[in-house]
Amino acid sequence: MKKKILYFAVIIIPVFLIFANCNAQAKQLSGSIQIKGSDTMVNLGQGWAEQFMEKNPDASIAVTGGGSGTGIAAIINGTCDIAQSSRAMKQQELDAAKKNGREVQEVETAIDALAVIVNPANPVSQLTIEQLSGIFTGTVTNWKELGGADQPILMLSRERNSGTHVYFLEHIVRKGNEKGPEEYSPKALMLPSSQAISDEVAQSVSAIGYVGIGYVSNRQKKIAVGKSAEGPFVLPSIDTALDKTYPIARGLFMYIPKNPSALVKSFMDFVLSDFGQEIVQQMDFVPLRKKS
Amino acid sequence: MKRIWEAAVEKFILLNGLACVVFVILIFLFLAKEGLALFKTFSPLNFFAGTQWYPISEPPKYGILPLFLGSLVVTLGATVISVPLGMACALFIGEIAPRWMREILKAGVELLAAIPSIVIGFIGMMTLAPWVKQIFHLPTGLTALSGSITLAFMAVPTIVSIMEDAITAVPKIYREGSFALGATHWQTIRRVVIPAASSGTVAAIMLGIGRVIGETMAVMMITGNAAVMPNTLLAPVRTMTATIAAEMGEAVQGSEHYFALFAIGLVLFVITFLINMTADIFLHREKK
Repeated sequence: MKKKILYFAVIIIPVFLIFANCNAQAKQLSGSIQIKGSDTMVNLGQGWAEQFMEKNPDASIAVTGGGSGTGIAAIINGTCDIAQSSRAMKQQELDAAKKNGREVQEVETAIDALAVIVNPANPVSQLTIEQLSGIFTGTVTNWKELGGADQPILMLSRERNSGTHVYFLEHIVRKGNEKGPEEYSPKALMLPSSQAISDEVAQSVSAIGYVGIGYVSNRQKKIAVGKSAEGPFVLPSIDTALDKTYPIARGLFMYIPKNPSALVKSFMDFVLSDFGQEIVQQMDFVPLRKKS
Repeated sequence: MKRIWEAAVEKFILLNGLACVVFVILIFLFLAKEGLALFKTFSPLNFFAGTQWYPISEPPKYGILPLFLGSLVVTLGATVISVPLGMACALFIGEIAPRWMREILKAGVELLAAIPSIVIGFIGMMTLAPWVKQIFHLPTGLTALSGSITLAFMAVPTIVSIMEDAITAVPKIYREGSFALGATHWQTIRRVVIPAASSGTVAAIMLGIGRVIGETMAVMMITGNAAVMPNTLLAPVRTMTATIAAEMGEAVQGSEHYFALFAIGLVLFVITFLINMTADIFLHREKK
């Protein structure tokens, strides 16, 4: 009997403490935030929101996608509190926001860097964007054209539902011209996840694929990418993504009103905090600063 | 009182029976409404005969021929593998195996049917694909052949259990008559049991094919999903089901791409409907 009471105490007391704790915090912040925009950032935004709401149970944050353009339009029209965007706002969009009396400010929240990976047994170690485009459009079909062994190239891409697919299409396959005529070759394999691409590259000497740098281990080899044949060829890493020398990296932004509410402000502080940036790394993006 | 109760129960069951049919009709109408909307803006000829599937390009191309042939190649491969295997297994269970072994084998086959398809796909991706790659010296093991073998494993339980039912339904007097004429066990199976169970066998095969063509997750994981026109079993293909699963999440509701995916769904529905109808016709013939 005594034992039972002891168990009871052990279970119940912490529960009470947790509730008491929650109630104490809940008084600090309440209200709701609407976040809209980039599909690439939806999971990241969701990750931040969940952790933030765990600490502030009275705050509710809704994260929706739709694309960077949708988010930017929404913040200009005042239908969301924070816009997530994987591109910087254009001057005319900033002007439009000002004209509507909703001046915004830009906050860079994370960086997205894509590693191009091959099998460690592949002798090729650097490629230009031009060559990568040739590989994925199917005009370059054999590794010997690139200084490798005489074997056909196996192209691995993400599925079309992936923001990464589109980013790679616009910046590498179409060489930065978003509406360019180039397409992925129909022979490119469309794999359902970044992990599947990593695994396939690890198994196949002739494979080439692209994944967020979090997915690269010593079973794959990163390719140094150059903007032109003269180089410089840069390997993807947190450092080269941070100093913007690596060409396949982009900032992930949040746009908030110039005079944000207390809740939005504390959410942004959370996003930029060490813990918020740790979530960035967990989601396989590059955090804004290296862990000290 | 009793009579009212009886009538109420009868009506209730009737309603349930009708509800199932109504659901099927509603699903078909919904598919047709969304799928046919594509053809307001996109020509049916380019849809059915187009060889390029580029749904997010400008202008988009929705040619389902490579996807249709992809499904066809994988299904044919799976049929070629699973039919002999399934038939042999069913004959062994139904005719040859002793009673104790029969029960164990039947339970085993039914257990195979209970494995979730994604698990089979996962195992196929991790073990089968590397073998296929090594044996045929291919750049990748994610090919139509790997998909066929994986799907064959999913079709076998369907084929075995339905065909085994058909074999057990063959009246005992047929076999006894055959033995009395001096036929051996094998002669009896070949000349008496198989012909007598033939329509059940055809139905079993058709339902097995229906199972294969509608399978999604496993093929998506194991066939590589490259929308090329297939010309060999040893290259990646993209099936219709995998296309819908992979792209539905990103298609904007009410967009042309969304309608195109529904149009693929409609094509799949028609195909499986025809297959099931064929199976049904054969099953009914058996009863007469």
